[in-house]
Amino acid sequence: MVAEFNPELEKSRLSERVEWILSTAKRQGAEACEVAASSQLGLDVQARMGQVEKLELTRDQSVSVTVFVGQARGSATTTDLSEDALTRSVEAALAMARVTAPDPAAILASPDQMIRTVPDLALDHPWALTPDQALALAISAEAAGLAVDARLTNSEGASVSSTRGVSVHGTSEGLLVGQSSSLHGLSCVLIAEDGDSRERHYAYTHDRNPALLVDAEEIGRDAARKTLDRLHARQCQTGEVPVLFTADVASGLLSHLFSAIGGNALYRKASYLVDRLGTQVMPSWVTIAEDPLLLGAIGSSAYDGDGLPTRQQTFIEDGRLVQYVLSLYSAHRLGMQSTHNAGGVRNVRFSGETDWPALVRQMERGLIVTDLMGQGVNLVTGDYSRGASGFWVEGGEIQYPVHEVTVAGHLDQLFQHHLVAVGSDVDTRKSLASGSLLFDRMMVAGESA
Amino acid sequence: MLSPIATLNASILTPGGLDLDRLQGLVGRLSIGSVDYGDLFFERSEAETWSLEDGEVKDASFHQDTGVGVRAVAGDRQGFAYSSEVSVPRIIEAIDAAVRIQKDSGQGQVAALQETSAPRLYQPINPILERASQFKIEFLKSLDAAARAADPRVTEVQASLTISYREILVAATDGTLAADVRPLVRLSLTVLAEAKGRRERGSSGLGGRYDLATLLTPEHIEQLVGQAVSQAVINLEAVDAPAGEFPVVLGSGWPGVLLHEAVGHGLEGDFNRKSSFYSGKLGTRVAAPGVTVVDDGTLVDRRGSLNVDDEGVPSQRNVLIEDGILVGYMQDKLNARLMGVAPTGNGRRESYAHLPMPRMTNTFMEAGEADREAMIRSVKKGVLAVNFGGGQVDITSGQFVFAASEAYLIEDGQVTAPIKGATLIGHGPKVMQAISMIGADVALDTGIGVCGKNGQSVPVGVGQPSLKIDRLTVGGTA
Repeated sequence: MVAEFNPELEKSRLSERVEWILSTAKRQGAEACEVAASSQLGLDVQARMGQVEKLELTRDQSVSVTVFVGQARGSATTTDLSEDALTRSVEAALAMARVTAPDPAAILASPDQMIRTVPDLALDHPWALTPDQALALAISAEAAGLAVDARLTNSEGASVSSTRGVSVHGTSEGLLVGQSSSLHGLSCVLIAEDGDSRERHYAYTHDRNPALLVDAEEIGRDAARKTLDRLHARQCQTGEVPVLFTADVASGLLSHLFSAIGGNALYRKASYLVDRLGTQVMPSWVTIAEDPLLLGAIGSSAYDGDGLPTRQQTFIEDGRLVQYVLSLYSAHRLGMQSTHNAGGVRNVRFSGETDWPALVRQMERGLIVTDLMGQGVNLVTGDYSRGASGFWVEGGEIQYPVHEVTVAGHLDQLFQHHLVAVGSDVDTRKSLASGSLLFDRMMVAGESA
Repeated sequence: MLSPIATLNASILTPGGLDLDRLQGLVGRLSIGSVDYGDLFFERSEAETWSLEDGEVKDASFHQDTGVGVRAVAGDRQGFAYSSEVSVPRIIEAIDAAVRIQKDSGQGQVAALQETSAPRLYQPINPILERASQFKIEFLKSLDAAARAADPRVTEVQASLTISYREILVAATDGTLAADVRPLVRLSLTVLAEAKGRRERGSSGLGGRYDLATLLTPEHIEQLVGQAVSQAVINLEAVDAPAGEFPVVLGSGWPGVLLHEAVGHGLEGDFNRKSSFYSGKLGTRVAAPGVTVVDDGTLVDRRGSLNVDDEGVPSQRNVLIEDGILVGYMQDKLNARLMGVAPTGNGRRESYAHLPMPRMTNTFMEAGEADREAMIRSVKKGVLAVNFGGGQVDITSGQFVFAASEAYLIEDGQVTAPIKGATLIGHGPKVMQAISMIGADVALDTGIGVCGKNGQSVPVGVGQPSLKIDRLTVGGTA
């Protein structure tokens, strides 16, 4: 069903809408205009305890339009692409642009900045999957997981999803580009019980290309192992110890650093890394780059949210911050040039040479963090304090599962002075991806001694 | 003023070529084979946001969304499809996709649609239309000026005004025909303060289901500025928070996010039927004596209130925990039917493009008799936390967190230094048993809560009196 999606037809339908809006806005008095349109078609099924639980067909579309009157702007979004609704959006945006204050930083890409030809990054792959086949796949993942151990008594289900979509971006300066992409995935969440211990964990796979998904039964068994490993978790003692973040959660930790070097936080001075360009922010053995043009990757895009071509570039070199993450707008606010990062970084890979067992041995004694909870990250100050669960390590070996503790520190201190190793196990399911990260010291709060 | 049904008839049904007769026919088409229940959910929404930065409103946006969601339920299976175009052919397409959840044929039972009567807890107004743009801009500018004037250390101010308006109509195979018109307004303020090379942020917000005349007042400017600026400047002096287990005194109002996380989610019918720590514990002690927790969707003008929920069930006051004993769960129609109980008016969805689930409305703890000063005096070394960011819970293990944004050290029964924000973590059921003092000062939050579950966000309220919890893990660095 989703395989019937015709990206070329859809792209031309959206392009026609975008051009219609651009000309309507101009006719109604807009001096400049930017339009982004997208549409997706998807199938989402869920099975639980061997039975179908949910069958969902998703069909989404939206248009956002920003109009300029002088240097003032107004914007509108709608999910209704009829001429009436689009006219109403343009009128609403124009009415706002006539009353808002001028903003000299709000500029559109000029013809010499914008992307000219969009290369094929192999982001769109159909999956000829019927709802019944999708359900069978979900059921097989869950069944393989539940079969691993009798303590797996329950399930929150297994899901299979398949989505294809198109986005089109146009401006009154002559930009009109589009990309199509797909995302297919399978996930499984199991529940284990033993005595008074109840734990839940998950595993997932997703990819733009369905042929590259991990085998469904393997996902089920992976969820089973992770859930069983958590049984009888307890608190560890409060103290300063080494902490090892698995690749899954390390990516999130690294994303805080990337938010702190993002233009929106910087121009508002809402970042602990204000004015730190050119200075040391990580150890001298660290270099981190992005590669937005990787074929078929999750974060790939040929152009950024401003229509500028994306490019391979380095943000951290030998531990020094060599580049911020800037859009046209935030660059203008900072008196700098865009780094072609409207919408953020794409396909960041922070990887080392140490494998997982070696990282655990290197830690010797401390906490492995596999899961984080809550929002205790203050980007203004860099203060970090989050709920955590994982495993306690002594003598370089896992001793017991841990939960109900917090890990805390200061992001600048942690990344600059306490990062001692990065794993080779980069989690490429994410656009901003890291190997496991070992810090030599963080405060862990659990039981009082 | 038009009734909600008449409003929706004019704004969605008629333009889509529909009327009540036609609607009855479409509901009939949903009820085939082994479908036990099916519903059509029509929605039209608009929202307007005005944002201030650098002392000027340079950014404004308008959002409109219209659509219809179609659901067929057979046993515990749900088929779902939706369309952002409201027309008979697209609805029929969606119905035919949704009923694929089951393979049987033949006509099922359909009740005649009958309008649900519900009280009016808020006015059916569209607050977007209420004031001229210039008025909204000037109000935000006066909020900015007041924040800058409040303290010389304030360096940056961001403020926003969000005005939403939503019309919904539910028509279901069980005969439900219900409509609701829901205004929702919110003001937010964030300030950055700077001194001696340190920078800190403070924020505040308020709102509810009422008009702009009620929202945009000088008193509200004073309240928002007072809270955000004092939070930022207090945090400029904050010392490192302690790490480990301590007694914690929680302030009243928004700290009620504790209840939302520690017990609320675990008492939602879907989690409860499958995986909650609280499954099968009805009638047993789950909290300390004196603890009474209520979810109440019927509070006038509150952010979490609903005249009818998104399945057309009038909202109610549901007692969840009474004097420490678990007495009730929150249900939508599906989970209520599977658990053999009545729906409780907690069936909510983010929009027509999302399936309903049991969700909280306004969740709070009722007052006790203690006063906050006595709680503080009883603590040798601990933490007083008066404001929080968000929280999160793992309903299977019972583990939950919430992050303090304004907190103080208590030493020898006295509040001493402010401490940096820290995450508090605990096991929900254990923490509810560790509540040793309950204040008389019950308060609801100011109308800012957003609850996320399975990727769907809905507005909620929380509240509580001041509380003393004997042991909670505090995630500081000292």
